[in-house]
Amino acid sequence: MVDIVYSPERSEVRAEVSGELDHCRAADLRAAIDLEIMKRVPRTLVLDLSQLAFMDSSGIGLIIGRYKLMSELGGRVVVEGASPATAKLLRLAGIFRICTVHSFEEGLKV
Amino acid sequence: MRTRIHPKNEMTLRFPSLAENERFARIALSGFVSALDPTIDELTELKTAVSEAVTNCIVHAYRDTVGEVTMTVRLLEGGRVYIRISDKGCGIEDVGQAREPLFTTAPDEERAGLGFAIMESFTDSLRVTSRRGRGTTVTMQRTLTTRTRP
Ligand SMILES: Nc1ncnc2c1ncn2[C@@H]1O[C@H](COP(=O)(O)OP(=O)(O)O)[C@@H](O)[C@H]1O
Ligand SMILES: [Mg+2]
Repeated sequence: MVDIVYSPERSEVRAEVSGELDHCRAADLRAAIDLEIMKRVPRTLVLDLSQLAFMDSSGIGLIIGRYKLMSELGGRVVVEGASPATAKLLRLAGIFRICTVHSFEEGLKV
Repeated sequence: MRTRIHPKNEMTLRFPSLAENERFARIALSGFVSALDPTIDELTELKTAVSEAVTNCIVHAYRDTVGEVTMTVRLLEGGRVYIRISDKGCGIEDVGQAREPLFTTAPDEERAGLGFAIMESFTDSLRVTSRRGRGTTVTMQRTLTTRTRP
């Protein structure tokens, strides 16, 4: 499941992904998120992972792909609500270097 | 010569390389390993490692086709978990290169090239054997922290 909300005043698309983010689900998620990005061309894409039960490197691929797309559009990606397990993956993948990450583990902005 | 340690419990699953079986493999692993009372972190990391190995069979080994994936899990003495995942798919040209972080042969599919790096960092040992045209076998072992175990 993915819940996508656009707030025009903040020029922000927020995608709340729930369930499990693996290769099986990545293509559908990508299509849904990219459709909204292309429609709105927001300044910020927020990927809210707080409702995620599982993620593997397919999720990393999804985040990096959205980072590339948002960079092309002159925008940025914020990753929110990463669990300690997900944060470990994000760190291993160097996501902290390209996106703003707010995780439960870090408490505040990193 | 190495003597094979007799497992306390063992299971083998065989399933076709369909994407929906990524989730099934994780659930099966969880259910089986939970007998060892792993911590949530340990279980999540083992599930992630298995998810990477099984996804590789589906995405790479049997690209454009469906083939058989075999997963064996053994629970050994001292809280050690042994996991072997194998396919009879296309095989890997250069295993050393494939294991390098960020290396991927499918960048346009948004593969991150981190599958092997994740398997390696979430287990104690990772062994990859492969033959071109014959298939690939990934073996991982991890000793769980002793909690209630004697
Ligand atoms: N079971 C397999 N059969 C064939 N090739 C594989 C297999 N597993 C991995 N590979 C190769 O190794 C590369 C690296 O794998 P991995 O680290 O999981 O990254 P990714 O899956 O993101 O490409 C893959 O791109 C692929 O070329
Ligand atoms: Mg992979």
